[in-house]
Amino acid sequence: MNLDYFQLIDRIVDLNLDEKKITVEAQVPAAHTIFEGHFPGFPIMPGVLLTEAMAQSSGWLLLGLLKFERMPFLAIVKEAKMRGFVSPGQLLTIEAKLEHEGSGFAVTKAKVRVGKELKCSAEITFGLAPFPDPALRVHMDAMANKIGFPLQAITHD
Amino acid sequence: MSSTFDQIANIIAETCDIPRDTIKPESHAIDDLGIDSLDFLDIAFAIDKAFGIKMPLEKWTQEVNDGKATTEQYFVLQNLADRIDELVAAKNAAPGA
Repeated sequence: MNLDYFQLIDRIVDLNLDEKKITVEAQVPAAHTIFEGHFPGFPIMPGVLLTEAMAQSSGWLLLGLLKFERMPFLAIVKEAKMRGFVSPGQLLTIEAKLEHEGSGFAVTKAKVRVGKELKCSAEITFGLAPFPDPALRVHMDAMANKIGFPLQAITHD
Repeated sequence: MSSTFDQIANIIAETCDIPRDTIKPESHAIDDLGIDSLDFLDIAFAIDKAFGIKMPLEKWTQEVNDGKATTEQYFVLQNLADRIDELVAAKNAAPGA
């Protein structure tokens, strides 16, 4: 997890395009300035960052389903529930599943766990748009490689 | 069973917090009800789920942008209800439906 660059996902554990779901891991850093302010004496991962982590996990799922032909952009977050505290140094396992693919949009449901304990969940809607800049596509390819996106999953049906 | 118009009016009322009695068959979703693209996306999800269809929003938008259709054809609610009925009929007529 590289909080300074808002890159929250470390590794894709499993991408199942048939079942339209993904599992990823994200290691919360043991120390970061965010935890100095949130909160002094009781450092916990901000809910907005957990929500973003669920959105990014969903985003990788959608990129796989879309074969990187369009970029998902966060549009709506519903039912975001922070069910337990996440502390520095904990390993997050995040699952996202496609709930609905509409015309120009998609809806996922995502869950964050630490071990077996459910920490948060949400229903997330994305607008699906052509890549607005070639540089973004290049960046997403590089990120996909970095986090172990299984490109073979989208190269054959 | 309630009409298609009633079902989408209820969805719009709930999704956009618009009083149900102000939503009429002749209401234009954008011009009269002030529904923006983000809210419409939410409405589309609810309609797709309720009717088991995939409203072709991108195709409709393209037709409007190309001057091949008017927004009234898709966004006046009775017309939207008619389009939905057509989509449901097409789905039910499809092989394997």
